[in-house]
Amino acid sequence: MATADLETACHVSGTRRLRVYRYKRGDGGERFDEFDVPIGEHTTLLDALDWIQSHVDPTLVTRHSCLHASCGTCGVRVDGREELACLYKLAEHREQITVEPLANLPVLSDLAVDMRPFYAHFPQSHPIIRTSELVPGAEAPDEVGIFMRLEDCIECGLCVSACPVASTSQDYVGPAALAAAQRLLEEPRGADPDDVLRWADSSECAWHCHVGMECSAVCPVDAIPAERIMALRRRLTFGRPAGKEHSND
Amino acid sequence: MTDAGSTTTELRAVTGERELLGDAAQFPGASERELPGPIRHHGPGPAVSGWLDPRGRAVGGRAFALHRLTGIALVIYLYVHLGILSMLLVGRSAWHSFLDVVTATGFLAFDVLLILVLLFHALNGIRVALVGSGVAVTRERALFWAGTLIGACLIVLAALHVFGAI
Repeated sequence: MATADLETACHVSGTRRLRVYRYKRGDGGERFDEFDVPIGEHTTLLDALDWIQSHVDPTLVTRHSCLHASCGTCGVRVDGREELACLYKLAEHREQITVEPLANLPVLSDLAVDMRPFYAHFPQSHPIIRTSELVPGAEAPDEVGIFMRLEDCIECGLCVSACPVASTSQDYVGPAALAAAQRLLEEPRGADPDDVLRWADSSECAWHCHVGMECSAVCPVDAIPAERIMALRRRLTFGRPAGKEHSND
Repeated sequence: MTDAGSTTTELRAVTGERELLGDAAQFPGASERELPGPIRHHGPGPAVSGWLDPRGRAVGGRAFALHRLTGIALVIYLYVHLGILSMLLVGRSAWHSFLDVVTATGFLAFDVLLILVLLFHALNGIRVALVGSGVAVTRERALFWAGTLIGACLIVLAALHVFGAI
């Protein structure tokens, strides 16, 4: 980036008012605090939350790691919609926004939620890397051998927060776990497909989805959990071979 | 610089020999740490009504909420309808008096509303069945808008028929 562009990007062009959910276990009760935050053209919600921590209230708790939508840890709800804070550019949205933690998961503190229930619903094993289909014709460097990619799902929990069924039933395993199960069927990597299907064939799993499709709508990495749940159902219903339902080309 | 042993001794001296080290339960806030946090949900009401909150939802989520609402409305209508039919037990004059009320022009608007509710529930039900069975998963939005178009045409025809224009 040229120096002039960098100065433009860093220039404070306005302010945004953030209404931020607050909860501390020892304090009892929940509340919203308002913060006026200076923003530039590229200021993200995560930048703003960091600014609040640094300049106004160091007790504000958030989760984040990579800053570029790879880790999936900074998921929050903005005006009711699930977003990754690191991707949410404040300049492109309203002057006042309400920021809340993800729904359907226990709050640890402020915007941080306990992800243990989210992971507890996953099948026993699911793959995290696979051969990349995005660069089939590319020649990998000698030291790499073959291009690999992480699974699309970054396990951010946005889908579970957005799912209307997950809000009414804590027994429902949720879209991320079901999508992971379908991925196991597409590429078993040693897993027994029959075990996966037995796990999925229950009222708490594949058959609990009510086709709200919100999981795919909010997914920040196009892991298409809803489509994978439907593929899982099709497999359970018609027994079609796994791996034929989806192509990420 | 002090070694670990002397640091421990100094800490114990400062805290009056309290067993701070190695005993997390003695740290301030240790008991609160185990308290379960609240589970947030969509909407202002109780958790089970979270599906009703339209904020930030896409077509699928709003169609889901409307499907439930129209389903509830149809169930309520069914019981009201059965209750009204029981007026036939009262006698011919009671029934005819009731018909005079429900065939008034203003009341017929409720018939159109009922048909609208029925049409949405039926057409969206077909969409949900096609998507949920894996037949048209990637066409769910197109199916919604196709159903909306068909429903709009049908409700216009139904309204014209109800009000006697056709």
